[in-house]
Amino acid sequence: MLDFVQQLVSGVALGCVYGLIALGFVLVYKATEVVNFAQGDLMMLGGFFAFTFIGMMGLNYWIGFAGAVAAMALFGMLAERVVVRPILGYPQFSIIMATIGLGYFLRSIAGMIWGTDDLKIETPFSQGVLRIGSLVLAYDKLSVIAATMILCTLLYLFFNKTILGTAMRASSENMLAAYYMGIPVKRVVSIVWAISAAVATCAGVLLAPITFIHSNVGLVLGLKAFPAAVLGGFGSIPGAVVGGVLIGVIESMAGFYLPEGWKDVAPYLVLLAVLLLKPEGLFGHHVRKKV
Amino acid sequence: MRFLFKTDYEDDIKLFPHSGYLVSYGILLALLLIAPFVLSSYVMSQLVFVCIYATVGVGLLILTGFTGQASLGHAAFLAIGAYTAAYLQKYNVPFPVYFLAAGALTGLIGALVGFPALRLTGIYLVIATISFALIVEEILARWESVTHGNEGMRVKTLSLLGVAVPRDSPTFYFLCLSVLVLTIVGTLNLLRSPTGRAFVAIRDSETAARSMGVNVALYKVKSFAISAAITGFAGVLFAHKLSFISPEMFTLQLSIEFIIVILIGGSFSLHGAVLGAIFIVMIDPFLTYLKDDMPGMIAGIAATFGAGTATAGNIQSKVAAFASLNGLKGAIYGIIIVMFVLFEPLGLYGRWLKIKLFFQLFPLYKRATFKRQKIYVKSERNR
Repeated sequence: MLDFVQQLVSGVALGCVYGLIALGFVLVYKATEVVNFAQGDLMMLGGFFAFTFIGMMGLNYWIGFAGAVAAMALFGMLAERVVVRPILGYPQFSIIMATIGLGYFLRSIAGMIWGTDDLKIETPFSQGVLRIGSLVLAYDKLSVIAATMILCTLLYLFFNKTILGTAMRASSENMLAAYYMGIPVKRVVSIVWAISAAVATCAGVLLAPITFIHSNVGLVLGLKAFPAAVLGGFGSIPGAVVGGVLIGVIESMAGFYLPEGWKDVAPYLVLLAVLLLKPEGLFGHHVRKKV
Repeated sequence: MRFLFKTDYEDDIKLFPHSGYLVSYGILLALLLIAPFVLSSYVMSQLVFVCIYATVGVGLLILTGFTGQASLGHAAFLAIGAYTAAYLQKYNVPFPVYFLAAGALTGLIGALVGFPALRLTGIYLVIATISFALIVEEILARWESVTHGNEGMRVKTLSLLGVAVPRDSPTFYFLCLSVLVLTIVGTLNLLRSPTGRAFVAIRDSETAARSMGVNVALYKVKSFAISAAITGFAGVLFAHKLSFISPEMFTLQLSIEFIIVILIGGSFSLHGAVLGAIFIVMIDPFLTYLKDDMPGMIAGIAATFGAGTATAGNIQSKVAAFASLNGLKGAIYGIIIVMFVLFEPLGLYGRWLKIKLFFQLFPLYKRATFKRQKIYVKSERNR
C-alpha cells in the first residue's frame, strides 16, 4: 500500500511537470489555434537562460529566474513575429512544420552556445525532503507541483475573467470578426506567445534540479507533454494539468507494476484509447459543424 | 506557349497530355538507365536512397497531399516492411513473396491505423500517428524472439530468381528504380480514377465529399492502407540497402524527414516526392562538402579582395571552426524548413512551375499569380 501511495505521489509530481509544459501548448493553441511543436525547446532555452544568469553570472536565484522569464517572453514575441505571424491562418500543417523547424534550430543553437553537457542550477529546493509519516517527498518535486497549481489557476482566471483573455479567445474563434470588434489581434497574439514562453521558462527552471538542462531535454519532455495536452482536450487549461497528471501517474504505475518496456508505451496506449472513445479529449467540447 | 484543345472527356485524364511529356520523360528514363555505367558507385548509392525516399514520399503524398490526413508515423510503416522482409528471409522465403507479404502486412496495419483515425482530424491525428510510431518502435525493441531487440537484425543479400543481387550492384539500383516508377505510374492511375478523385474531395472538404455520396470512412481507410503498403515496399528495399536494421533507425526523426520530403518537394504533385527525396538525400553530402571547402573558398575570396595572407589565413581558420561546430547541421535543417514554409509553400516543384510560367508568358509574367491570399484564422474546433 505504501508503495502504491509513493508511486502515486511521484507520478503526480512527474505529471505536474508534463502539465506545466502542456500549459504552454494549450495557451498558444487556445489563443491562435497554432500547435507549437517548439514549446519544449522554448522550455529548454529558458532553462539555459536561467543557467546563464544564475550559474554563470552568479545572480540571486529569484532575480535570475525573473530575468530568464523576461528574456524568454521577449524571445517568444520575436519567434512569433518571425516564424508564425506570416503564416497565421494557413493550413495547420504548415504551421506545425514551421515550429518543428524552429525546434531544430533552437536545439542546435543551444547545443552550440552551451555545449552538450548536462547543466545544473543550484536552487533553494535542490536539497531536502518532506516526510509525512513514512512518505518521502523531495522539495524540488513539491515546488513543481505548487508552481503548476498556481500557474494553472492564474492562467485560468486570466483567460476567463480578464478583458485581454476574452480578446484572446475571440481572436482564436474568428480572427476577422475580432478585427472588426476592434481587438488588436496582432498584439494579442504576440502577448500570448510571450506568456507561453514565460510559462515554458518557469517549467525549464523548476525542472532544472530534476532533469538537468541539456539541449535535447525539450524534445524528450515535449513528446510526453504533448499527449498530456491532447488527453486534456487541447483547448482547456485545467485539462492540460489533469492530462499531465494522468500521463505521469500512468507512467510511474506502469514502471512499477508492469514488466520493463511498458513504462514508455503505456501513456501512448492510454492516449490512443482515449482518442478512440472521445476524439476531442477529456475536457474538450465537440461542436458539430453547421452546413 | 502551347494550347491544348480538348475534344474529349478522356483528354482531361491522359497520362501524357501532349508529346512533350513523352519526350522529356523518355529522356529522363534513358539517362537513369545508363546512370550506373557512367556515375561513380558513391553517387549510385545515393541514387538508390533517392529512389527509396521518393517511394515513401509518393506513399505519404497519397495520404497527406491528396487525402489531407497528416501523418508523422510513416517511419513505423517503413520499419514494419523492413522487419517483415528480414524475418521472412530467415526462413528462405523467396524475394518476390516476402516483398509482397511486407506490402500486404503493412497495408493491413495501415488500414487498422486508419480506423481510429476516422474520427480524428488535424492535430489529434498527428499526435495519434506519433503515438503509433512510438509504440511500434518500442515493440520492435522488446519483441526479441522476432526482431532481436536492440541488437538489430542482419539482412542477407537479396537473391532474385536464384541470382545474388548485392546492395551496391546496378541490378539493385534497377530494382529500386523500377519499384519507384511502378509506384508513380500506379499512383497516377489511382489518382485519375474515381478513388483518387474521392481522396481529393475528402481533402478539400469532408462535408462536401460526404454530401456528394463519397463514403468518407471507406476512402480514408483505403488511403491509409495504400499509403502504408507503398511505404512497406520501400521498407523492404531500405532493409536490403542498409543490410542491417535496428529499432533506433526508425525514430520520429525519420518520420519528420519523410514529411520534409513532401514539404520541400511540393505536396500537390508527385513530382514533389522525387524532388524532395533528391533534396533530403543530397543535403548531407552537400553540407559535408561545404564544411570541407567553404573555409578555403572564403579565404580565397578575401584574398582576391586585397586581404593579406595572414588575414586570409585567419579568416579561413575562423570559418573552419564555425563550420565544424557541433549541431550546425540541425540549425541549417531548421532554417531550411522554416524558409520553405514561409517563402516557398508550394515547394521545389512549385518553384519550377513558376520558372516555367515566367518563360512561357515571357514579358507578361505577374508575381501576383502565385501570391497567397490573406487568410484569417477561423476556429477549426467548430469544423
